[in-house]
Amino acid sequence: MMLSIKDLAVGFRTRRGEVQAVRGISLELAKGETLGIVGESGSGKSVTSFALMRILDAGGSITAGEVTYSGIDLRRASERDLRTIRGREISMIFQNPRAALNPIRKVGHQIEDVLRQHARATRGNAREKAIQALRDVRINDPEARYYAYPFELSGGMCQRIVIALALACDPRLLIADEPTTGLDITTQKAVMDLSQELIRERGMASILITHDLGLAAQYCDRLAVMKDGEIVETGPAEAVFANPQHDYTRRLVEATPRPDASVRSLLPADRRPPELEYTPSDQPLLEVRDLRKTFAGKAGPVHAVKGISFTVNQGQSVGLVGESGCGKSTTSSMLVRLLDPTEGQILYQGNDLAQIPAEQFGKHPLRGDIQLVFQDATDSLNPRHNAGDCIAEPLRRLAGLRGKALRERVEELAELTGLPANLLSRFPHQLSGGQKARVGIARAIALDPKFLILDEPTAALDVSIQAVILNLLADLRARLGMSYLFVSHDLNVVRLLCDEVIVMQDGAIVEAGPAAQVMTAPAHPYTRALLSAAPRPPERVLETEPLAEVQSAL
Amino acid sequence: MTTANPISVPSQGGLWAHLIYVLRDNPVTLLSFGLFAFFIGSALFGPYLVPYDPLATNSAIALQPPNFSHWFGTDNLGRDVFSRVIVATRLDLSISIAAVALSFVIGSVLGAIAGYWGGWLDAVLNRVFDTIMAFPLFVLAMGIVAALGNTIENIVYATAIINIPFYARLVRAEVNIRRESGFALAARLSGNSHWRVLAFHIFPNALPPMMVQVSLNLGWAILNAAGLSFIGLGVRPPEPEWGIMVAQGADFVVSGHWWVALFPGLWLMLAVFTFNLMGDGLRDIVDPRRRT
Repeated sequence: MMLSIKDLAVGFRTRRGEVQAVRGISLELAKGETLGIVGESGSGKSVTSFALMRILDAGGSITAGEVTYSGIDLRRASERDLRTIRGREISMIFQNPRAALNPIRKVGHQIEDVLRQHARATRGNAREKAIQALRDVRINDPEARYYAYPFELSGGMCQRIVIALALACDPRLLIADEPTTGLDITTQKAVMDLSQELIRERGMASILITHDLGLAAQYCDRLAVMKDGEIVETGPAEAVFANPQHDYTRRLVEATPRPDASVRSLLPADRRPPELEYTPSDQPLLEVRDLRKTFAGKAGPVHAVKGISFTVNQGQSVGLVGESGCGKSTTSSMLVRLLDPTEGQILYQGNDLAQIPAEQFGKHPLRGDIQLVFQDATDSLNPRHNAGDCIAEPLRRLAGLRGKALRERVEELAELTGLPANLLSRFPHQLSGGQKARVGIARAIALDPKFLILDEPTAALDVSIQAVILNLLADLRARLGMSYLFVSHDLNVVRLLCDEVIVMQDGAIVEAGPAAQVMTAPAHPYTRALLSAAPRPPERVLETEPLAEVQSAL
Repeated sequence: MTTANPISVPSQGGLWAHLIYVLRDNPVTLLSFGLFAFFIGSALFGPYLVPYDPLATNSAIALQPPNFSHWFGTDNLGRDVFSRVIVATRLDLSISIAAVALSFVIGSVLGAIAGYWGGWLDAVLNRVFDTIMAFPLFVLAMGIVAALGNTIENIVYATAIINIPFYARLVRAEVNIRRESGFALAARLSGNSHWRVLAFHIFPNALPPMMVQVSLNLGWAILNAAGLSFIGLGVRPPEPEWGIMVAQGADFVVSGHWWVALFPGLWLMLAVFTFNLMGDGLRDIVDPRRRT
C-alpha cells in the first residue's frame, strides 16, 4: 500500500473544549488508484487531508492513529522531512485556485519557485521547465501566460495553474480538495478531465475530496463516504452509488440532483410528504421586452445583457440558466429593481417598472411584490442582526408592523420556512448553512411577494440541505402561489422546480422552452455542452418510478 | 465568585455575561479594564479624596522626597505631587475623550459618505485627509492651538482635527467593502433608503475595528494634550496637568529631585498603556461574532 491511514483521529482545541473532527478512520490507497472522499461540510474530509499533510491549523492535532506513506510515518516525521515530502511526494490542490496562488507574482515564477525548491530545475532551465508545465496542463500560448498574474486569468485557468504547480515535481500522490467548487460546470468538466488524464499518464495515485457524490463516482475508482468524522461506507465507486449500504450514503445518493429525479425524490424515502398541487395560470405576470444593460468599461462599453425578452406567467416557475458572466445576475438585479436597465421594458401586471428609477423603487408600493433570495445566505444576512431582526426588517420598513403583530408574523414566517422559533434570537454566525437559507427565504416571502427571484439559492449548500430547501421552495410556491425566476448554472437543479427554462450565453438568450424539452432535446450547441458537462454518475436502480414520470412527460 | 466554569458559553444576547466572558478569557483585557476603572475613578472622585489641596503651596516643605505624609513627594512650591497627579486625571481624560469623541463622529460621517457613494466626493475627501496627514501631526496641532488661542477647548479641537483622517479612512474602507454585500442589497429590497442602509446596516459593522482605533487614539490624545501643555500651549499653570507637571519637574531632575517629574510621567505612561491594551478587549465586546 502506498498510503495507509489507521484509526486516525484529529482534535481541535476550541473555546468549548476539545472537538473531535476526525474520529478514528482507516483508509488505504494503492499505487495508481483514485480514491474519492465524499462528505458534506463538517464531515472531516478536508481535515483528514490536512492531517496527513500535517498542515492542520493551530489548535488542531492528530490525537491518535497512524499515517504511513511508503513506509514513512507521517505523524512522527520531522518538519524538515515533511518539507521534502510535500510537493515532491504528495501535493495538494486547494478549493479556491485564486487564494492558492500568490496574487502579486507571475504564475510562471510561482511554478519556478516550486521547481527550484525541490531542486528539479536550475536557474538556467527553470523558465523552460515552467513553460513545459504550463503546456502540460493545456494552457494555450504558455510562453505568454508565463508572465500573467493570477488576476488576469479566469477561474478555470487559475485552477490549471494550480494543477501545474502541484504536478511540477512529479509527485506520486495528488490530493485534490474540492478542486472544482466555484467553477462553471463546463470548466469543471475540463479541469477534471485534464487532471484525470495527467494522473493516469503519470501513474499517480490521487485522492479527490468533494461534496459532490456524482462527480466522485464519475472520476474515482473507490469511494469513502464520511459523516461526522467517521467513514460510514467504502467500496468501488459504481457499487457505492448503485447500491449504497449505509443509510447516510443512500440519503446522499438520493439527494444528488440527476436527470431522472423529481424534487420530492431527493428527500429520504421515509420523509417525503405528498406533493402539493400547483397550477400555473396562462395570465402573464411579468413580461420582459428587449431588456438591455450596457456598462461603461475601461476598454469600451460592456454589453452585459443584449436585448432579452421573455414572459413569466402567474404562478409559473421559469429557470434562467447560464455560466458565470452570461448576464443572468445582471438580469435578476434589473428585474428586482436594484439596477436600472439601459433600455427595454419590464412589464409587471401591465406597469412598466423600468420607468421607475431603482433609487425610488424602495418606496414604491410594488416593492413588496418583487423580492429576491440571495445566492450566498451568509453574505445576505447582516452579521449584527439576529435571525428574527433580519426577517422583521421588510415587515417593519414596508408593512409598518410593530410590536406583537410583527413578532407574530415573524414567528409565522419562521414556521412556514421550517425554522425553529428558538433560533430567531441567534446571530447568523450561530446558524448552519441551511438555517441561514431559511432565514433568507423567510425574509424574501415576508411581504407575500408575487414574483420571487431565486439567485442560485442552493449553490452554497450541501446536497442533502439543498434537497430540503428545494422542497421547501416547491411547497411555498404551491401554498402561496408565487412565480419564481430560478437563476442557476445547474440545469439539473433548475429542472426540478421549473416548467420553462431559458438558457443564456454572453448576454443573449440562446434557447428557451419547456424544461423537459430543453433537457432531453436541446436545440442549441451551448445547451448541449452544459448538459453533457454535468457529472454523469453511474446508472442506478434505486427507484424506477421517477423514470417513468419523465417518460410519460415526453 | 460565581460558579460558572471558564469554558461555559454565555447565553444568547447576554451582554453582561459576554463582558464577563471576554474579561476572563484574556487576562490582559482584565488588567487594562482594571486600570481603566482606576483612572475613571480618579477622574470622578479624585478631587474629593486626595489628602491635600493640589494648589496649596507651602514653601516650608518644598522639594521633599516621597515619604509617608507625601507619597510622591512635594514640588518646588511645596505642593503635594500625589494629589496633583490624581486631580490631573480628570482634565487629561476629559480632553482626550472629548477630542476622540469629536474625531470619531466627524471621521465616521465623512468616511462613511466617502466609502458608500464614492466618486468625486470620495476623491475630494481623500485628498483633504491626505493633506492633513501630510503634516507632522504634533506640529499641526501646535499650529492650530497657537492660531486659535491658548485654551483647553482649542486643544480638544486640535487633537480632534489631527485624528479625523484615521477614523475616516478606517470607516471608508469598512463601508466600501460592504457597500455591495448581500445584506446591504437585502436592506434596500426591504425598503430602506441609502441613508438608512448606510447608518443602520453597514456602519454598525465597522464598529469592532473602530473600537480598537478609539482605544489607541485615547492614548495618543492624552499624549498629545500633555505634549502641548509640556511646551506651554493649552493648559496653564498652576492647573494640575500631567504634561505641565513633567515640564516643570524636568527642571529639577538634574538637581536630583526626580520625583517631581517621574510620577506624572509614570501616570501618563500608565494611561497610554491602559488604552493601548484595552483596544482588543473592546473589539471583542462590540463584535457579536465573538459571542459564540
